[in-house]
Amino acid sequence: MDDILIRMEHVEKWYGGFHALKDVNLTVRRGEKIVLCGPSGSGKSTLIRCINHLETIKSGRITVDGTALTDSPQAVDMVRREVGMCFQQFNLFPHKTVLENCMLAPMRVRKLTREAAEATARKYLDRVRIGNQADKYPAQLSGGQQQRVAIARALCMEPKAMLFDEPTSALDPEMVKEVLDTMIGLAHDGMTMICVTHEMGFARQVADRVIFMAEGEIIEEGEPNAFFRNPRHERTRAFLGEILAHH
Amino acid sequence: MPHLGINEITFLAQGLKWTLFLTAIGFCGGIVFGLLVALGRVAQNRALRMAAAGWIAVFQGTPLLMQLFVVFFGLPLLGVNVSAWLAVAIALTAHASAFLGEIWRGAIQAIPKGQSEASHALGLHYRSRMFDIILPQALKISLPATVGFLVQLLKGTSLAAIVGFIELTRAGQIVSNQTYQPLFVFGLVGVLYFMMCWPLSYWGRRMETRLSQDPR
Repeated sequence: MDDILIRMEHVEKWYGGFHALKDVNLTVRRGEKIVLCGPSGSGKSTLIRCINHLETIKSGRITVDGTALTDSPQAVDMVRREVGMCFQQFNLFPHKTVLENCMLAPMRVRKLTREAAEATARKYLDRVRIGNQADKYPAQLSGGQQQRVAIARALCMEPKAMLFDEPTSALDPEMVKEVLDTMIGLAHDGMTMICVTHEMGFARQVADRVIFMAEGEIIEEGEPNAFFRNPRHERTRAFLGEILAHH
Repeated sequence: MPHLGINEITFLAQGLKWTLFLTAIGFCGGIVFGLLVALGRVAQNRALRMAAAGWIAVFQGTPLLMQLFVVFFGLPLLGVNVSAWLAVAIALTAHASAFLGEIWRGAIQAIPKGQSEASHALGLHYRSRMFDIILPQALKISLPATVGFLVQLLKGTSLAAIVGFIELTRAGQIVSNQTYQPLFVFGLVGVLYFMMCWPLSYWGRRMETRLSQDPR
């Protein structure tokens, strides 16, 4: 089996006249945890949204688990089945209970029976320690709980990789930890993860590599200790100075 | 003291029955075709979007009376013979589909983009995305407006009299001519309309308040 799960080669992305991603190259090994950071507008969310085709690219190549991600529906389906995603705003389905949120995609996409989907859903809800809230609606939960449900919902598809798009940015400070703990648990279980986050403590603790982006380019990347201790680029230093000053 | 005989009352009741029936037809047809119009309006395909927009523009931009005329007198000119029945059913359905389609189009677009992004990310296809995620939420927020349109449609059925339908308004006119009690008869007809429309409006308003308090 190929050791590389996700590969991006010379990816270019434009929004109209705005050059959002400039010659992005990235390889992610199986089980690798990557933290993407950078100032807002630097293209980090765009980058991970390209991996599951929420954004289309202008040129370049993206390969996920051996499948070339083209615009063909089959390729898009395959990639989305294997890659889970969590959003800043959770995006739970408000008209469905926590359990139903988790059961829908396995039933519709993986064609699981209701019983099997429910068993899977309960397993992952327990794993994010929210099993006792299964019959509630999202609005009845706190932000931290909602984000954990969103993680469970993505895990129910048993993805090979998880993308996190600023999963703690919309949370009240006291709820950040419960979500990060869940993500750390996931990392320890060997999940391949790409996380857009400013939680540098999390990056230090679990990341194999930290990548710094600015203006659509990958400026610098490295193993977390080296990255935080001696950033090579002036911009990385400036960014880290800004961000670490608050912690 | 004005009064009506049993015959006149039966006649008005028949008219009332037709009014309810026409409303039901327009509404049921409107729901089915309105859904298609709404889905067309938000489709990826540009031609579909344009077609749905055109449909809405035509039926919102012309009076229902004229639409009834065109179907009833126009289709026979094209060699299609339609009974008054069918003509009214077609016209009311088309009319309702345009208005409901536009109401639901707005509701669909009011659902936050994150909902369809999450559906995409989970690998859900169009059908599941629409019918499991987007439409249930959209129809819920559009319920008050939908009920409001139902009330309009119910009153609009009085125009079916133009192609020979004896619904409530037309029945009232006939009874009034026979009994020379226009004020009383039309007063009664008005009360009947009110008794049908007001509970609907009330229901729609209550739903609106309930929805705004519902945590979901």
